[in-house]
Amino acid sequence: MNCRGVIEELSSYFDDDLDPQVAADLERHLHGCKKCRVIVDTTRKTIEIYCNAEPVPLPEDVRERLHKALRERLGQKAS
Amino acid sequence: MNAPNAKPAASLVARDDESALVSAAKGGDVDAFQELVTRYERKIYRLALNITQNREDAEDAMQDAFLKAYQHLNGFEGGSRFYTWLVRIAVNEALMKLRKRRPNQVSLDEPVTTEEESFPREIQDWGPTPEQRFARVELNEILTGAVSDLDPAYRVAFLLRDVEELSTEETARLLGISVPAVKSRLLRARLKLRQKLNPYFRSTTS
Repeated sequence: MNCRGVIEELSSYFDDDLDPQVAADLERHLHGCKKCRVIVDTTRKTIEIYCNAEPVPLPEDVRERLHKALRERLGQKAS
Repeated sequence: MNAPNAKPAASLVARDDESALVSAAKGGDVDAFQELVTRYERKIYRLALNITQNREDAEDAMQDAFLKAYQHLNGFEGGSRFYTWLVRIAVNEALMKLRKRRPNQVSLDEPVTTEEESFPREIQDWGPTPEQRFARVELNEILTGAVSDLDPAYRVAFLLRDVEELSTEETARLLGISVPAVKSRLLRARLKLRQKLNPYFRSTTS
């Protein structure tokens, strides 16, 4: 497998969606190619950073309008 | 302003029992439903904002999604997580807003990308914990900015697969495209995001 092949299979490799033979070829290439190792590491890191990012707080006015709309539309019972 | 207190009244149902909250909400307990809303409102708003790229549309999509979820709660059978079920509704609402606002500008069709465009340039290592270089607010701005620069087709595929962690098949169903198309878009999106984050995260020493 060459560098372009690694890029094309990258997503499937991360998602564990590669034929074992192809995955082994890819890993063999990575072993000898620093550029591809960096691409693989930084792309994996990109996914992790997004996956782990905490959502910013909901703006208070947006939150108030949401719950007001829900109370009005869903018919809040007396509490 | 004399707006009533937006905080929902405490539900009688224990906070940590999601399936009990869902059952109570199905039985018409609005407090239980509002408790579920409180749990997920931030994530649903972020999702809607990331898809629509417009605060007003994101707010509307979020409200409509929660209202629709309540109306269709009996259709939720508990086979999946409540949040995953909610995400499907929210994604549909957000996509509708996106298409409505910019029908001619926003295409969810696959953009034409040459192989050269998506082939990584600038190959530098990032070091072990690049995100620790930035404060949370600043990091969020960087991440949001990079996602908003993506073509909508790539952006949505990435958000559903890598942020919301839906399956490839589920993403394909929601977007009305094939599984190979989802995979192709996801690859391009991941590579483009890597490229966009590179200037912020690359190692300063090598």
